[in-house]
Amino acid sequence: MSILDSKIPSGELNQKWSSYKDHIRLVNPANKRNIDIIVVGTGLAGGSASAALAELGYNVKAFCFQDSPRRAHSIAAQGGINAAKNYQGDGDSVFRLFYDTVKGGDYRAREANVYRLAEVSASIIDQCVAQGVPFAREYGGLLDNRSFGGSQVSRTFYAKGQTGQQLLLGAYSAMSRQIGKGKIQMYNRHEMLDLVIVDGKARGIIARNLVTGSLERFSAHAVVIASGGYGNVFYLSTNAMGSNVTAAWKVHKKGAFFANPCYTQIHPTCIPVSGDHQSKLTLMSESLRNDGRIWVPKNLEDSKAIREGRMKPTDISEEERDYYLERRYPAFGNLVPRDVASRAAKERCDAGFGVNATGEAVYLDFASAIERYGREKVRMNHDGEASMETIMDLGTEVVKAKYGNLFQMYYKIVDQDPYKTPMMIYPAVHYTMGGVWVDYNLMTTITGCYATGEANFSDHGANRLGASALMQGLADGYFVLPYTIADYLADDIRTGKISTDLPEFVQTEADVKAGIDRLMNIKGTKTVDHFHKRLGKIMWDKVGMARNAEGLNWAITEIQKLREEFYSNVRIPGTVDSFNPELDKANRVCDFLELGELMAKDALNRTESCGGHFREESQTEEGEAKRNDKDFAYVAAWEYTGKPSEAILHKEDLVFDKVKLVERNYK
Amino acid sequence: MKLTLKIWRQSGPNDKGQIVTYPIDNIEGDMSFLDMMDVLNEELIVKGEDPVAFDHDCREGICGMCSLFINGEAHGPDRAITTCQLHMRKFSDGETIYIEPWRAKAFPVIKDLVVDRGALDRVMASGGFVSVNTSGNTVDANAIPISKIDADKAFEAATCIGCGACVASCVNASAMLFVSAKVSQLALLPQGKVEATERVLNMVRTMDEEGFGNCTNTGACAVECPKEISLDNIARMNREYFKAMLTSE
Repeated sequence: MSILDSKIPSGELNQKWSSYKDHIRLVNPANKRNIDIIVVGTGLAGGSASAALAELGYNVKAFCFQDSPRRAHSIAAQGGINAAKNYQGDGDSVFRLFYDTVKGGDYRAREANVYRLAEVSASIIDQCVAQGVPFAREYGGLLDNRSFGGSQVSRTFYAKGQTGQQLLLGAYSAMSRQIGKGKIQMYNRHEMLDLVIVDGKARGIIARNLVTGSLERFSAHAVVIASGGYGNVFYLSTNAMGSNVTAAWKVHKKGAFFANPCYTQIHPTCIPVSGDHQSKLTLMSESLRNDGRIWVPKNLEDSKAIREGRMKPTDISEEERDYYLERRYPAFGNLVPRDVASRAAKERCDAGFGVNATGEAVYLDFASAIERYGREKVRMNHDGEASMETIMDLGTEVVKAKYGNLFQMYYKIVDQDPYKTPMMIYPAVHYTMGGVWVDYNLMTTITGCYATGEANFSDHGANRLGASALMQGLADGYFVLPYTIADYLADDIRTGKISTDLPEFVQTEADVKAGIDRLMNIKGTKTVDHFHKRLGKIMWDKVGMARNAEGLNWAITEIQKLREEFYSNVRIPGTVDSFNPELDKANRVCDFLELGELMAKDALNRTESCGGHFREESQTEEGEAKRNDKDFAYVAAWEYTGKPSEAILHKEDLVFDKVKLVERNYK
Repeated sequence: MKLTLKIWRQSGPNDKGQIVTYPIDNIEGDMSFLDMMDVLNEELIVKGEDPVAFDHDCREGICGMCSLFINGEAHGPDRAITTCQLHMRKFSDGETIYIEPWRAKAFPVIKDLVVDRGALDRVMASGGFVSVNTSGNTVDANAIPISKIDADKAFEAATCIGCGACVASCVNASAMLFVSAKVSQLALLPQGKVEATERVLNMVRTMDEEGFGNCTNTGACAVECPKEISLDNIARMNREYFKAMLTSE
């Protein structure tokens, strides 16, 4: 029997949240002043939670490792944020947003959580507009929408290609207001290195001051982990350099179950890796697939010639090109979901058709879109017969207006003009659906420890739809946690200040110090990045876009060996008690080295294919993903028992009342 | 390519600091400037030397964390980009590159190329917001139409990434472009109008208290701004400020 209690309220799906809110306990304003809450991370989930909780009157202590809360990586989200406003009158509703999200997640998310997410989505837009977030508008002054993958309505609100930035700056401004009032104590350049548990409850953290190097104790009545996803376990990803799993992993090691770690999203359109020194991958927005056509040469010889620089893509005639997505998926073509597009690109490159020096790139070609738009322009201008040159010039203008900033970004990085030659793209790690297991209240399996946003596992199942990450982060922080945390804190109104001199704080700090001293005393010969890169390669090759039992078993052994080597040969320069970015990295990489193994173990356990998790053993004859609802319609929640290899699996069965489970088909 | 790096090294806020020369080889044009810094640091660590500290995070030009003053220019020789978006193909073989931190009284050096930009956060905390609580009961987002022209202008001002290049580029170390971007964004939108008077007065006062210099209209800030924030915002803030001076209680 499972020991997991998801605490989903009873009642009809569309009544659960409102009736739950009506009945949970509250904390009165005078008592809120006596309650402290720690929030780790200041992205959309943490920033919004900090602001909302401080507005309510709680004393918030917020932490980020960057030099300002405004720099959290939510800032880099491009496309938009979904909300069931139905401003376009195109038939959208809370139920449809809920349904699309559950289906997009390949039926591996909790119905009740996703419904609540869809329900509060409209309030997010109202709140952000009230804060002064400058969403895109139409000439009539009302908000504009666009459509995104996985839905048939236009429900995505956006601010050019910088939606994440504008939403985060909105949350940051709300935080700033509370910082000015003293309701939020902001700790920049601090990294949480462990959770302190007193009498079975999360009561504080140990954080390292990254400027002075000193370990500091912080106490609170509840701890919220909003530290984002773990994509950097792959070394190369679209995450920021500092994005890490440390806060989430430390609570896991203290008793919080870690759910579905194998669910990672590999985004199909990123700028390919150019060389060994590369530190970071850059995303090209999903919106480009509306107009770009993806192809590789039909002939292996042509691909080889391109790789060796003897041929250019424009030398290859229409007949000699393989538009493989249009060929394999005629119904959806270039607009198949992210997981499908990514796997198809890998399949072609593995077969030898890749088109850059590394052999890991495919073309995203705008020539036919430019021509199509150019001809439209000619017709609209009544120009009669126009030369091909004029048509292409006019078409280029149209494409520039739509995607100019992305084309410019591409040009700066690759030094090739995408208006003249096709873009090269390749899939890259982008988002992690798995995370710390939480119940309906967003509480982890540690009493008083919560996880929100990308750090938890709850809403996206095995695959996240575009424009839903921002929605979830803000929903959790602005509209869910402030209610659910009160129900728990209602028991703490008489607790009073929690002393950081308690033996639990002393002991936890000593443990953290011992861990750091151990790392510093290795004094080996290889840098932290050396190990991180090797881990990334194992993960990408064997726990990446396609997985099989043999590869996963190999990965587990290799990661174990790498971890041993790390602990015997890593070299960290500098001292413990100073500004030491290499030590910060080492503290993060040692957690990635454990998480990577759990991801492989989870992937090995899940012998079905679903969403971002593709097991080669579980595919149809045409090579499509094959889900197994009979055996795997559950959340895999792992309990730490000392080593990732000995983690214990707990299953939370997923029950679907409103959604019928069907196969996703894009043919 | 082969390069000579002249890098500012300073062990802490109280150290005097100095330029140290590092030769570096095998740099490719496709590498970003920060990839190049990574290569240098890997070499230094293996040799047992102290790596160069510098700030960075997203490496895609949006977080505002990277902050290098390269050959006398904030974010280096290219325009409309941050340091992390600068590529080595902008330099030629044999070149000498000077790398320094942002220099301003309000940005004390923490180590090497890392400075403390907390002053910008404190300016924001003094007024860079609309005082609205999170409730789910604010008016419907479409209840207040906003002209597309104003919304677009507000958006352009709001794209400021708070990197501090404007301060570093200014001969007076003024933060006018940064502060005016936020004042403008909120002044252009009806949501921000209610508190416009107090906002501009408070933010300008905090800006002065933090030790930023005055604006003498050289325009260097806008030239070096990676997000091309316009000088129009400074003009708008000045108007807002004078209006506030005349009308505040």
